[in-house]
Amino acid sequence: MSIKDKVIEIVAEQAVLEPADVGLTNTLEDLGIDSLGLVESIFAIEEEFDIQVPFNANAPKESDFDISNVQSIISGIERLIAEQKS
Amino acid sequence: MHRVVITGAGTVNALGHDVPETLEAMREGRCGIGELDFQDVDRLAIKIGGQVRGFEAEGRYNRQQMSLYDRFTQFTLAAAKEAIEQSGLSFAGEEAAKSGVILGTAAGGVSTWDQNYRLVYEEGKNRVHPFVVPKLMNNAAASHVSMEWNLKGPSFTVATACASSNHAMAQAFQMVRSGMAPVMITGGSESMLCFGGVKAWEGLRVMSKDACRPFSANRNGMVQGEGAGVFVFEEYEHARARGADILCEVAGFAMSSDAADIVMPSKNGAARAMAGALTDARVNADEVGYINAHGTGTAANDKTECAAVADVFGPHADKLMISSTKSMHGHLIGGTGAVELLACIMALRDGIVAPTIGYEEPDPECALDVVPNDAREAQVSVALSNAFAFGGMNAVLALRRV
Repeated sequence: MSIKDKVIEIVAEQAVLEPADVGLTNTLEDLGIDSLGLVESIFAIEEEFDIQVPFNANAPKESDFDISNVQSIISGIERLIAEQKS
Repeated sequence: MHRVVITGAGTVNALGHDVPETLEAMREGRCGIGELDFQDVDRLAIKIGGQVRGFEAEGRYNRQQMSLYDRFTQFTLAAAKEAIEQSGLSFAGEEAAKSGVILGTAAGGVSTWDQNYRLVYEEGKNRVHPFVVPKLMNNAAASHVSMEWNLKGPSFTVATACASSNHAMAQAFQMVRSGMAPVMITGGSESMLCFGGVKAWEGLRVMSKDACRPFSANRNGMVQGEGAGVFVFEEYEHARARGADILCEVAGFAMSSDAADIVMPSKNGAARAMAGALTDARVNADEVGYINAHGTGTAANDKTECAAVADVFGPHADKLMISSTKSMHGHLIGGTGAVELLACIMALRDGIVAPTIGYEEPDPECALDVVPNDAREAQVSVALSNAFAFGGMNAVLALRRV
């Protein structure tokens, strides 16, 4: 499974949706994922890919990790995997 | 209904090993937060905390006691000794039979759990010390205080996460106010600064890596602390009759539950607790000169708390002072309300309001007088102490100068 599909699967599980219902331009808010759901998603992503995601729930906008929509999350994770696995 | 006063106070926390040291640090705006020092700290992402330094169990407690006293109990016993000795009370006969101990802690003997899990899981041992259970149980500290001081009345431990101490003190207050007990020993303690304790908090991603800056626009989370605060709550006439030195009066309290979210705070729940404490204490909102804030330094708490204060106090919100001493001693979780009560006593008795240190940038969502960085002299006749816990459980105490 590609990184993109795996991330969508994780996000879909948090949102209690089918992966097919998660669009790349959806925001987490669109998907009904709250701050606790976000922290859980990031934990699941870190576990899945064995990476560290720099994210502080106090200042989501200032974290070095863009969560503005599903595509930005996937891109961020692809970048982190490239950086941390190289 | 009886009046209830405080006739003794004791503490151990990152600012000091007793009340005078702690109040001096608060007056000077000193920070007790620093690099954490314990096993496996290198495996943590969060490496700072308000750790108690130079508090050695060796020499203070004997071998038998040390095998029974988790660090949270050690802190509690030291604080209780200071408080009860200051009050001048000793307990015997009918008075001992009626007086008890109610303490708060969120998690009790965390480092005992941690050490023993390490032994059996990591080191593969199949045997643990026989006193693991009596050492880690949440009521261990209250039990040891009752044993050491012959307190034979109602004693128990309250766990409501970050509001544990305030809920405990509210219970003790009720018992003295109702005439059920002439004296109650109350407060709380916490000691989660070990690998497992901090690792658990890391998971929530609300911890700061550099400092606790409540109400400051650039705040980036909470910082854990550890320690204990213990007080002697005594019936007013009982205290007067023996010529006790009265530190302040406990005038009222209120509790509320958000019934909403397991971690996000609620403005309404916080406001109801503050308003309820004023009603219970029969004081008007404009009599309140100081609020010791819950003020964790997280994005969510600080703006919610400030909005709740604005709701309850209206225009007077701009005249009162509100500070978070967590900026100095860290967040003592279940023990935090007890240590923070010291700042209220200092405001009422000494006329010195403890500052919110680490304050760098105003936040329009926290536009109150947060006593930034420097302590201030002021006449305060009524003070509130706020605690708003995970789980949406809130407890606010109202205190009055005597």
